[in-house]
Amino acid sequence: MSIFVDKNTRLLVQGITGRDGSFHTGQMVKYGTNVVAGVTPGKAGQKVEGVPVFNSVAEAVKKTDANTSVIFVPARFASDAVYEAADAGIKLIVCISEGVPAIEMVKVVDYISGKDCRLIGANSPGVVSPGEAKVGILPGHIFKKGSVGVVSRSGTLTYEIVDQITKSGLGQSTCLGIGGDPIIGTKFIDCLELFADDKDTEAVVVVGEIGGRDEQDTAVYVKENFKKPVFGFVAGKTAPADKRMGHAGAIISGTAGTAAEKIKAFEDCGIKVGETPAEVARLVKENLK
Amino acid sequence: MKVHEYQAKEIFKKYGIVTPREKMCRTVDEVMAAAKEIGIPCVIKAQVMVGGRGKAGGIKLAKNENEVKQHAEFILKMEIKGIPVRKVLVSEAVDIKSEAYLGIIVDRTEKKTVVMACKEGGVEIEEIARQKPEAIYKVYADPLLGLMSHKAREIGLFLYNDPKMAFECASVVSKLYKLFIALDSSLAEINPLVVDGSGKLIALDAKINFDDNGLFRHSDIEAMRDRESEDENELLAKEQDLSYVRLSGNIGCVVNGAGLAMATMDLVKHFGGEPANFLDIGGSSSPEKVMNALKILLKDENVRVIFFNIFGGITRCDDVANGILQAKEALNIKHPIVARLTGTNEDKAMEILKDAGLIFAKTMDEGAQKAIALLK
Repeated sequence: MSIFVDKNTRLLVQGITGRDGSFHTGQMVKYGTNVVAGVTPGKAGQKVEGVPVFNSVAEAVKKTDANTSVIFVPARFASDAVYEAADAGIKLIVCISEGVPAIEMVKVVDYISGKDCRLIGANSPGVVSPGEAKVGILPGHIFKKGSVGVVSRSGTLTYEIVDQITKSGLGQSTCLGIGGDPIIGTKFIDCLELFADDKDTEAVVVVGEIGGRDEQDTAVYVKENFKKPVFGFVAGKTAPADKRMGHAGAIISGTAGTAAEKIKAFEDCGIKVGETPAEVARLVKENLK
Repeated sequence: MKVHEYQAKEIFKKYGIVTPREKMCRTVDEVMAAAKEIGIPCVIKAQVMVGGRGKAGGIKLAKNENEVKQHAEFILKMEIKGIPVRKVLVSEAVDIKSEAYLGIIVDRTEKKTVVMACKEGGVEIEEIARQKPEAIYKVYADPLLGLMSHKAREIGLFLYNDPKMAFECASVVSKLYKLFIALDSSLAEINPLVVDGSGKLIALDAKINFDDNGLFRHSDIEAMRDRESEDENELLAKEQDLSYVRLSGNIGCVVNGAGLAMATMDLVKHFGGEPANFLDIGGSSSPEKVMNALKILLKDENVRVIFFNIFGGITRCDDVANGILQAKEALNIKHPIVARLTGTNEDKAMEILKDAGLIFAKTMDEGAQKAIALLK
């Protein structure tokens, strides 16, 4: 088992004819993901990596029974892409687009909250259940099937930690990046709720960073509700206040949202925190016997 | 993106929020003329985009012409938290009967826009949030319908007992919300919102921050950017689709991805070094981007060692390697370079760089330690 994506994933790629969309469609197909359709308005009839292209998500769903969508469109079109997928009955939407305004995301999250639909992102690198499916831009070669769940606010830092976990001999059940923006569809706790019920997941690694209080809320949730071991990492211990560190959500406001306060929250709630990515992998290895 | 108080007040005025009579000035002569026009006594306020201006002595009341001159001379020579004061705002001295706080942000936890009000004005809201959060009254806007009128009145009735004042305040709240949404703000704040001697509501101070992700649809806001008061290299990086923040150390870090870039800085510190910067070259990095990144990095004279930490995914290690080679030659880089390049096309990268005189590392731990060792 795994969470979010697996062998039953029937993937649709929104923005499939674009540079990133077409490249990563190839990568996802190569990984073994069941990519059934692509959508670019006005480009129906083409094929990208053997995948048929449609003019609308509704049409693509009707013809191919797609149940999951990954969005590669430019930020200014991303919110409409989410609305279109949700309206067409897609159950899981993974939004890779980076740079969507926060006020747009507030509307997007509200719009889909009443539907039977989950959004991951925006600004997510995607979701991988090793050996089952890869949805997004994460590099497939670093993953190995196993029992560690990984959830992160970052992209390449996730790869670094996953790579070290794999090299330590362990594998992963599902890994995902929830996105580095302030307003995102799926948060750490949403993922932990699913990892809790996933019998193949024995432990979870939570990779946080400065900004907001998602890590603090997650720590309390873990203490009160989560029975499996959780390991943590927080990036940005050396980040100065009031500077955006790349991600729109990675900013210490005044004295709130620092790495120190998040690490303390994790440790106070029994989450073992690695000082470095290598130490996180070591902690998982030592504690998962 | 941030703007100055005087710029935020220009926006307030456009949306019908009352502000004091005032004028932005750059020289003592301009201040003298403005004070005569506005009337003395007046207040002279330093225009810098950091908090704590008042405490630092950057806001002063002038009771006569002599004091106007004195204060203007003093403030225009000041530095507040390291930032030189280049502009001041000359403002009418308002007769203050009461002060309140009004602010709007996007609440990350609730995933909604929230209006916050507090009966104590002029104090830092973060302080109040920490010490007595119950003093802050919050009202959430509906993401699709916006801030309903009755919600705006709820804020007004919380702040003022007099219904007339409460409804006047509700109108200010609605206007502030309107501009917040229309301009893709991340913060819109009136602190303090005052009632003057004649019972009028006036925004005595103004602060608006904008969501960088929304700037593409607000060229008028982008045009308000005060380039003088922002770090030149950070702006240059932004124009080249790079993300750079200068720190005070001597190990220059070049990384792909924001999370890994932060983790790299932390790792340098963990092993006893001092990172010189945050620098994210982003995904799909071309050799040219690496060249641009190094140009910016090397403007910092504190940098003594350069540490590349690249985890190839979309970013191809051979592109980065070619960028390093080209930059080394074009910029005549003499600094030692530690390179940890892993992932997509790492073998090609090694082939490209084998005679370039770099120091290689297999892991980021090894890279950070080697970079630190080079300083000794």
